[in-house]
Amino acid sequence: MERIPILKMGDFLLVTIQVDMHDRLALALQDDLTEQIVKWRAHGVLIDISALEMVDSFIGRMLSNIANMARLLDAQTVVVGMQPSVAITLVELGLPMKGIRTALDVEKGMRTLRSYIEANGDGQGGDGNPEI
Amino acid sequence: MEIQKSEAYEIRTSQDIVSVRQAVRRCAVEMGFNLVDQTKIVTASSELARNTLDYGGGGVATVETVLNGSRAGVRITFDDEGPGIADIEQALKDGFTSGSGMGLGLGGSKRLSHEFYIESEPGRGTRVSILRWKGL
Repeated sequence: MERIPILKMGDFLLVTIQVDMHDRLALALQDDLTEQIVKWRAHGVLIDISALEMVDSFIGRMLSNIANMARLLDAQTVVVGMQPSVAITLVELGLPMKGIRTALDVEKGMRTLRSYIEANGDGQGGDGNPEI
Repeated sequence: MEIQKSEAYEIRTSQDIVSVRQAVRRCAVEMGFNLVDQTKIVTASSELARNTLDYGGGGVATVETVLNGSRAGVRITFDDEGPGIADIEQALKDGFTSGSGMGLGLGGSKRLSHEFYIESEPGRGTRVSILRWKGL
């Protein structure tokens, strides 16, 4: 089955969504990403949606789910690169996207993640779990 | 109102929702819609196609380009033979859902369209039609 690739960058994971996702692909991404967060002990997830020409309530819900699941696994999520036309449409659609942090591009998203992780005093560059 | 082009797409799987989105995008581009207008009508279509699949048990989307005098538009009609909607007014409210969705489908797609039409009979099915004019 087709999969969306997940790249490891330091202790962050980067997902670039470049295809018009059908539902099964979106669900597979949720599964893969949570697995990879645990495998690499990642503290941050960047989801680049700059190639997405549309976000409907299904994809929006998937992004919210990923952010919530990641949080439970001690990782923060930033959605980067949303197109202006997508933002306008989401607001009119009435999709709340609550709890989702955004940044204009990957670089700014990385900065957001870094400062969050530093402010919370763990993670940066290593394994933040004290019990190990 | 003059129908210029009409194409029918079956909605049986979630991949078909993607096909409907792409067909609507193609028509909107052909009609010269700007990017925001394209995105709005494509997103509205995606919501309704998902309703057709999830609640209607599948159906057909008819994608049309229409002309009314000098106005050009894209109209999409979704037909299913599912259980129908008993209380349409309630179904149009945000947050209403009978399934696992967020209940934005009908109300949201209505807001993203210039014209919205719904007809449903419990036990017989549902027809929802949306239209967006170019640059209005």
